Amino acid sequence: MKRMSVAIAALAGLAITAGAAEARDQIHIVGSSTVFPFTTAVAENFGKAGKFKTPVVESTGTGGGMKLFCAGVGENTPDVTGASRKIKDSEIEGCKKNGVTSITEVLIGYDGIAFANSKAGTSIDVTRKQLWQALAKQVPVNGKLADNPYKMWNEIDPSLPAQKIEVLGPPPTSGTRDAFVELVMDVGCEEFPEIEALDKDAKKAACQSIREDGAFIEAGENDNLIVQKLDANHNAFGVFGYSFLEENADKLQGGKIEGVAPTFDTIADKSYPVSREIYFYVKNAHVGVIPGIREFVAEYVSERAMGEEGYLADKGLITLTDDKYKDVASKAMALSPMN
Amino acid sequence: MTDVALIGSASETGVKLRRPDLSEDRIRRRYAAERRFRLYGMLAIGFAVFMLGFLAVTVVLQGYTAFWQTRIVLDVNIDPAEVDPQNTRLPESLWQGNYQAVVREALRSLFPEVESRGDRRALNDFLSNAAGDAVRRMVMENPALVGTTQRVEVLAADEIDMLAKGRIDRDVPATDRPIDDQQLGWFDKLEAEGRIVSSFNLDFFTTGDSREPEQAGVGGALVGSLLTILTAIILSLPISVAAAIYLEEFAPKNRITDIIEININNLAAVPSIVFGLLGLAVLLGFFGLPRGAPLVGGMVLSLMTLPTIIIATRAALKAVPPSIREAAYGVGASKQQVVMHHVLPLAMPGIMTGAIIGTARAMGESAAVLMIGMVAFIVDIPTSITDPATVLPVQIFLWADAPERAFVERTSAGIMVMLVFLVLMNAAAVVIRRRFERRW
Repeated sequence: MKRMSVAIAALAGLAITAGAAEARDQIHIVGSSTVFPFTTAVAENFGKAGKFKTPVVESTGTGGGMKLFCAGVGENTPDVTGASRKIKDSEIEGCKKNGVTSITEVLIGYDGIAFANSKAGTSIDVTRKQLWQALAKQVPVNGKLADNPYKMWNEIDPSLPAQKIEVLGPPPTSGTRDAFVELVMDVGCEEFPEIEALDKDAKKAACQSIREDGAFIEAGENDNLIVQKLDANHNAFGVFGYSFLEENADKLQGGKIEGVAPTFDTIADKSYPVSREIYFYVKNAHVGVIPGIREFVAEYVSERAMGEEGYLADKGLITLTDDKYKDVASKAMALSPMN
Repeated sequence: MTDVALIGSASETGVKLRRPDLSEDRIRRRYAAERRFRLYGMLAIGFAVFMLGFLAVTVVLQGYTAFWQTRIVLDVNIDPAEVDPQNTRLPESLWQGNYQAVVREALRSLFPEVESRGDRRALNDFLSNAAGDAVRRMVMENPALVGTTQRVEVLAADEIDMLAKGRIDRDVPATDRPIDDQQLGWFDKLEAEGRIVSSFNLDFFTTGDSREPEQAGVGGALVGSLLTILTAIILSLPISVAAAIYLEEFAPKNRITDIIEININNLAAVPSIVFGLLGLAVLLGFFGLPRGAPLVGGMVLSLMTLPTIIIATRAALKAVPPSIREAAYGVGASKQQVVMHHVLPLAMPGIMTGAIIGTARAMGESAAVLMIGMVAFIVDIPTSITDPATVLPVQIFLWADAPERAFVERTSAGIMVMLVFLVLMNAAAVVIRRRFERRW
């Protein structure tokens, strides 16, 4: 018993010193789960070079990452955050309030969202308007909004396959869902005069609400699970990140959106409409305090990582065009703060 | 009229029922009911066994291949120009050498017909980006090897590994495969020459996480789990045993102790995520402890195991027969002496069982530790309880989410490692109970 209490005292002592003194010598990264596979690859290569410890990368989601990142300056806050969208003005404001005034923004590349199904199923070519009609909670019927009546794809348009509407997608907590809503649903609904006539809030609700009658199935954050389910159910379609489509090209086919199939090239030149930019943000106040941040950024934007034939491309990143890459890399190396 | 008749007949049957009904029909029905009841039980067990077996078989079938790793046997010419350009043979400069280049050169020399840049890249895809590490290790051990040609087994890339394990379908069109027809031809040639070998994957147990499936291991997560669990045991065992002894042996039986008791029982049923949120708010937010450290994970899990151990300990104390206590009092022992010298030693097997089962539950816990930042990509194996770490279940969760196909088998292998751990812990609980339990 005596030995036990000594152990507890020792542990408590350790806890206090750990919280207060010990300087952090390891970069701490948070942020989007979309950026996670890329940041971790860079972190690993950076750690292998041997000069610095391998950074710790936490997958918190874009919003959650921003919250931690903007919580202040100091060892207990992360140094870098990944984002599957641009930082919002409100987030910059929040950052400033907590003393995080100097942030460097680095565009990593692009990520496409695939609308895909099993190779054994029929291939599809849809427009965003049709996708919205298939997935919105309420659609205009005879000039009025009504609960979505469509059960089959060919009820929306005869050119679409005669099969049940069944779409597996991410839940609202996911960044992929946010991007899907923004890039597909918001765009698709604008084609209807009935929606345009609504006031701002009602329009937003009408555009962004996804139906809950079983045609859209929330399949969880795990994109691998959606891939497996599509493999088992040939009539279903899935919504997930492009890298999962690439990795499972033997099982799945990407549906064309407005005539463009999701491929590396169509996402890079932005002709595939459902693609987004992904970023990481660096807290400049930590540069020079936490060892290795400058070198980490240099590794991230190096030719062998972010370049056209870099290892991030192997991980499914849609890389930047050459001019853009040079611009991004030079700005990142200088750690020039945004505005 | 009918009512009267009914009442009459009912009373008549009532009278009849008083005599035992020994008709064969009734006995047959009783036996049938008995058999049906047993059948339901057997069906329930059969269903449970089937589901468990199904789960185990799927996990094992998907994962057993991860314990083997494909390597490519190459005759590597350890070129001093690549490995030690300054020709110093000092460990520091040897460490920096470009070993990947000499391995690539060795592979290329087997396929002299490969000329174009694209084809060379396709050939390089055969090698893991850690392929050079095996050569580096050899050279670091024996610098005299520089300049010689050595036969080395180097790590194959994950896609070659998958192909060798038959997890890539050769029959689908080439454009849909991660390996194209040309690469398939090269692979077949290598295999025919006996250069594709498969050996036990010891690295899987010693390395940390990696973004490359062929280099990813559970070592880091295992150490993280052990540190976390150790912290949890050191914290929760003394506290909960002390609390249980006081409540059971010394505390007055009144309203306050009743409330405490009810709350402890309720605490055992609180979902683990709540403890995680508590850890996030109090330990990280208020006390400012480091994010993702086993120290914090252990503290959160100790909160979770407290009620389990308290309840088990109280049950074990209760099970010690009063005669023991009375005998001790009879020879003049104080209350404390009775508890410490007689009751507690006899209750120890029960306490240990409870502690081990509580710990096993904590070991499989992921929701609570997710909240405090233990869900992170960590390559370095943690060395202290304040280093960032992950635990096994979280490592499995992270791998399940990775896009690379080869992570599927790693995920299942991770599950197997964890199941083995849990089975071992539960077996330890059973053994301890069997060996030390006393019956009266």
